[in-house]
Order: sequence, then C-alpha cells, then structure tokens
Amino acid sequence: MSQQRKHLHSIHVAHHKNTSGCETRQMPVPAEVCIPMSMHIGAPCKPLVKKGDEVKVGQLIGDTDAFVSAPIHSSVSGTVKAIEEQRNAMGGYDQVVVITTDGKQEIAEGIEAPKVENLADFVAAIRRSGLVGLGGASFPTHIKFNPKNIEEVDTLIVNAAECEPYITSDHRLMLEDTADIIDGMTHVMKYLELSKGYIGVEGNKPDAIEKLKALIAERGLADKIEVVTLQTTYPQGAERVMIYEITGKTMDAGVLPASLGVILSNVTSIAFVGQYLRTGMPLVKKRMTVDGSAVNEPGNIIAPLGTRIADIIAFCGGYKAEPKKILMGGPMMGRAIFSDSLPIVKNNNAILAFAGAQGLVPEETNCISCGRCHRACPFNLLPTALSDAMEQKDAARLEKLRVMQCMECGSCAYVCPARRPLGFNNKLGKAILKEAQSK
Amino acid sequence: MEQKYYNNLIVSSSPHAVNNEDTRRIMLTVIAALIPSLCVSTYVFGFRVITLTLVCVVASVLFEYVWNLLMKKPQTATDGSAALTGLLIAFNVPSNLPFYIAIIGCAVGIIVVKNLFGGLGCNLFNPAITARIVLFISFATEMTTWPLPKTMTGTDALVGPTPLGLLKESSDAVLPATKDMAFGFIGGSMGEVSAIALLIGGLFLIFTKVITPHIPVAFIGTVAVISLLAGQDPIFHICAGGVMLGAFFMATDYVTSPLLGSGKIVFGIGCGVMTMLIRLFGNYPEGVSFAILLMNVLNPHIDNICEHFLTKPKKVKGGANDGK
Repeated sequence: MSQQRKHLHSIHVAHHKNTSGCETRQMPVPAEVCIPMSMHIGAPCKPLVKKGDEVKVGQLIGDTDAFVSAPIHSSVSGTVKAIEEQRNAMGGYDQVVVITTDGKQEIAEGIEAPKVENLADFVAAIRRSGLVGLGGASFPTHIKFNPKNIEEVDTLIVNAAECEPYITSDHRLMLEDTADIIDGMTHVMKYLELSKGYIGVEGNKPDAIEKLKALIAERGLADKIEVVTLQTTYPQGAERVMIYEITGKTMDAGVLPASLGVILSNVTSIAFVGQYLRTGMPLVKKRMTVDGSAVNEPGNIIAPLGTRIADIIAFCGGYKAEPKKILMGGPMMGRAIFSDSLPIVKNNNAILAFAGAQGLVPEETNCISCGRCHRACPFNLLPTALSDAMEQKDAARLEKLRVMQCMECGSCAYVCPARRPLGFNNKLGKAILKEAQSK
Repeated sequence: MEQKYYNNLIVSSSPHAVNNEDTRRIMLTVIAALIPSLCVSTYVFGFRVITLTLVCVVASVLFEYVWNLLMKKPQTATDGSAALTGLLIAFNVPSNLPFYIAIIGCAVGIIVVKNLFGGLGCNLFNPAITARIVLFISFATEMTTWPLPKTMTGTDALVGPTPLGLLKESSDAVLPATKDMAFGFIGGSMGEVSAIALLIGGLFLIFTKVITPHIPVAFIGTVAVISLLAGQDPIFHICAGGVMLGAFFMATDYVTSPLLGSGKIVFGIGCGVMTMLIRLFGNYPEGVSFAILLMNVLNPHIDNICEHFLTKPKKVKGGANDGK
C-alpha cells in the first residue's frame, strides 16, 4: 500500500524472538495423547470411538451435526485408553479421548487429496479437514470461507504479523513452508473468487518477506498477491488493526470482516489449506514455539495435537528450573494454565514456561492518571474510566465508553506504571454490561 | 505411566508482561529533570539551597512513611512521589526560609493535601502548589523575603524584590536584563529562577515521554500571547516567577491535570490566562500557583467534558477515529 495513512495507536514491546533462527523439529510421538473434543469455538464434538478401539493417524474420532463446530481427528495411531472428562485451560470441563500410541503412526484409510471443483466442494473439504482459525480464535474456518455476502467479498488478507513477543512459529512457517502459503492463498482466492490477496508481515521478519516476495514473483502472481510490510509494533496482528492498516477500512467489534469485503485468515491456517488440498491429511499436528526462562532448549517444534505440555517440555530438554507460570500463546494475550498435564490444542502456537520474576503477578498500586493506557489503545478507549465504571458496576457508562470495542490486547496493562490489570477489568466490564443487557 | 506434573502454576489474566516503566521510575525521572535547576539555584543562592532541599525531601518522605504506618496502609514512602513533592515544595519557597516553616509546608502537602484524600492518585490538588499557597498565606513575611542572588550582590545577606515585584511596584521600574532572567540570576523562589535549567529539565521529560508537550506549550504560549496583548515583554513574563517551573513540573502533575490531550490544552490555556490575570490585575505580583490550583479545581470537569466528546457516537465506524 503506497498511500500514507495514520497508524492506530500501538506500543513497542520487547520482542524476545529468541527462537526465530531455530529450525522446526518434528517431535516424536509421545506415549500417550489426550485429545479434547472441543478445540474450537462452537459446539463440542461427540466421540466416535470407544475404549479399546484401534485408531490411526487422521481418523475421524469426534464430530457433531452442529453448524458452528469442527471435526476432531486422531493425531496418532494406537489404542483408545479412555474417554473421560477433564478440566480444560479455561477452567471448564471437556470430554477428552486418551490414546495410548503404538509408535507406528499408520495412516488411516481414505486419506487422499480432496477433489475440489467449486466453492461448495471447497467449503465441505475445509470442514472435513477440521481446520479452525489457528491464530488463536479457533473459529471454524469452513464458516469463515462461506460468508453470506460472498459476492461482495473481494480481498483476502493473510495475517502473518506475529506481533506477540517470543513466538516465532509463523516466522518459521513462512521460511520453511513458503509454497504452502502461496498454494493456500491461490486456492482460497480461486474458489471464493477474490481478486486481491495481501500478506501482512511485521518488518522484523525481512527474510520471510523476501522469501514470500520471491516465490510470488516466481509464480507470476505479483499482480494478485502483495506482501505488506507492517510496522513492528503491538498489536499489528489483531484482526481489526490489520484490516485497517492494510485496507484503511475500520471495523467495529462484533462485525465480520466479510461485511467490509475482506476475508482475513491466519497464515498457518492458509498454509494448512494448501497442504490439505495436496495431501488430504486433516489437522492433526501443529507447529509451535517453545520458549521461556524455565525451558532448557527453546525452539520450534511440530507436535501431534493432544500431546501433553510436560511431554513437549521434556522433548525440549526439560525444565531448567521449576516453572512458576506456563502460558499457552504469547505473553500479551496468551492463557496462563494451571498444570502442564494439559494437552496442546489446534490454536496453540506457543508454549512459554517461566521460572522467575516474569511468572509472577506484579503488585497493583494507585492509578496516577498518567494517560499511558489511553495513548496505547488502538481503538482510543479510556481504560482508566472503563475500570472505574467496572468497579462501580455502571453498565450505562461501560456502554458509553464502548467497552465491547476492547479486544483485550493488553496494551493498556502492559504500559501501566501502576501495574493495574486494565485489560482484565475490561473483561469483567463486558460481563457486567452483557448481564445488564440480558435483563 | 507415572509422571510428575506441575499442577500448581500461577494463573493470572493476560498480559503476562509489563513495561519496565513503573511509578517509581517516572517519579525518579522527574526528580532527575529538576537537578539542573537545583544546581543553578545552589550557584545563585548558596549552599542553603541544598540543606533546605534535603530538609523538605526527608520531611516529606518521613510524613508519608509515618502516615502509612499509623493508618496501616501499604508503604508507599519509597515510590518517589513523596520525595518529588518535597523537592517541589523546596523549589517553591525562598532559600532563606526557616526550616520549621518548610517542614510545616511538607506536612500540609503530604498529609492534608495528599494522604487525607487517599494518597497518591487520589488527591484533587497538587500537594506542592497547595503547600506553597498555605505557607504563602500563613507566613507572608518569611515567604516573600527574597534573598538576592549572590551574583548580584556578592553576598547572600541582602534581600530584595523579585522582578515581578519590581514590575508590580511601578510600571517603569528597572527590570533585570533578559540574559540574567533566562539564566536565573534574579531573586525568587529557589527553584524557579533559572528558565534555561527548567527548560532543559522539561525538554528531558518530553523527550523521555514522561510528559506530553500539551500543557507546557499551551501554558507558556498563553502567557506569551497575553503579555503581548498587554504591551509587555513576553520573554520577561515567561522567565519571571514560576511560569517555567509551573508549566513543566507542576501543572503537568498527572493526578491533578486532565488525561486527554484536548483537556491538557484547555488546562494549560486556563493556567496561562489565570496567571496573567493575577499578574496584570491582581494584588499579588505572582499568580502561577493560584492559577494551577484553580485549574486543579476544574480538572475533574475538564476530564468529564473531554470524555464526553471522546465517547460521543461518531458517524465513522470503528477504531480509526482519532478522538482528540
């Protein structure tokens, strides 16, 4: 994009991209995997296997008739050991299928490249693949690729900003599986009849930008696909921020990008589309960054879905020190989990284990009204006022202050010198407003 | 399979990282920015500047410490804010002020103005400014006995009026040379005399993004415009009295100034107008502290009005609006 446009507010965070030079290693199959029946937004799947069943790689083991959902496949070959309820990272309970692996990794019958001729075939194939938004939202992709106003949609934006500190899995993907990304984009643009494709990459990954540009030129797609170098600030990879930075279109929370004529998808999801249409192997493994002060050998790995975090850390040289805090995802928006026995799911792109100060929760002090939170907010919200309104449970003021526009990127809390949990307060504020509105 | 899991990890809400700029660091940066002025002041008024400053800083920190101890509140004496208040109180009094008066000022600033309202972040008025005004009214003689700079007299025994005092006495008084006013070789409160040293500190704060330029520019700009309109020398009015100290270090106090840029501009203009009204038409020669205190009173209203405009529904959708 050549025209100059005012950037949204953003912040500089310490990158800690320690692992960007670490080539991805394939993790060997662990002795046991634990596959949750809900790895997406929407209805959980029902297990299609029972205790004692033999399963193979890519075999469908969970599905449902619900529209907003995505099927679950086995990531290993082995025997179903148990189907049980297990507490998940959010604190709720999920049904999980525990599989004892046999190490052979036999591939299930009928895994072959899907035949796709039109949009309906394409959407059906994507649903069968079990793909969900791999950037973190885990929204079922087959719904995203089939918007109601498809004739108005003309742009595909591939989100490869990777603005979270530490995480380099998308960066490695762009270097190692460049062709998959371009294949995936070509397929999506062909079947959805989109005329223009953009890949948004932060400027701190010049080698990836170079490689993508070279391949686009080699394939003669330069007039259709453009690599956009974004400024290296947080949160460039947030959906609404990226759409604005690339197209100049602004979007409210709760609105689908399709209403602006845009389909926005994470680069890992797009690369998977390319892979799936070539091989037919459903989503059963995931590339992720393992890093943090408690990990001996940080790096990028590809692990079967359902692998327990403890097994992944063991593969990465084990713990250097006793972990105090483990994150699924990056430090800005990732989720702190209570146990390393939890399995990795489809949308995980990093496991970060911290031993020392970084794991601890800083002490909150009084707000000094410095205004840094407001100046950090991409959507120009007033985090201090929002927190006041939340504490007073003032739903009307929360609504006036546009609490629903908050995407919980955490920029405000990151810059707060008083260490107030402003982003978390907005989460609570949203809950208060929703409750008031439902009355 | 027996395996040991860590099942007691810390669970907290994101983000799990914070900037290294915390409240203490901000306070220490402001203190550092006041050092040039302190140096000039020591040169101009002699070593008593240092002892008076130390008395004020120690007294303020002690009052904060004892208050928190007695009230069983979390200890905040080391967060730098009490030390900064003490430093600013010292900057706002004449260098020959008796120590006990300075200590009373610190008690007013720290206990009455700050902690009775709930401590850092909850005070309505700038503690240093309010302390200065309380002292000014309670100890009028001591607070207006200005030592003359050593460079002017060769000794610090003599006292005399400040440049603004001279101007108040008669409109054709012989005012100090602009150069002396800029460097600080004039009478006045110990920290306010050197416009250049304060400017260096203020620019340092803007450069390190501790403060935004809104308030100082609006404040000083307004002072300049009004003095031009009144047919007086704008440079004189900017360098004299507490304008530089007030504009960069007192009016920009986060807690008692508006949050939004638009509000800051209104606040700065208000400070400038009040200052000049007092200087031109009031009984007192100097009006910066009253101006800032008055704008402190208006601050919550300015914030509310700005918030209203910021959150007013706009025609353009979403986030790209700059809600200035």
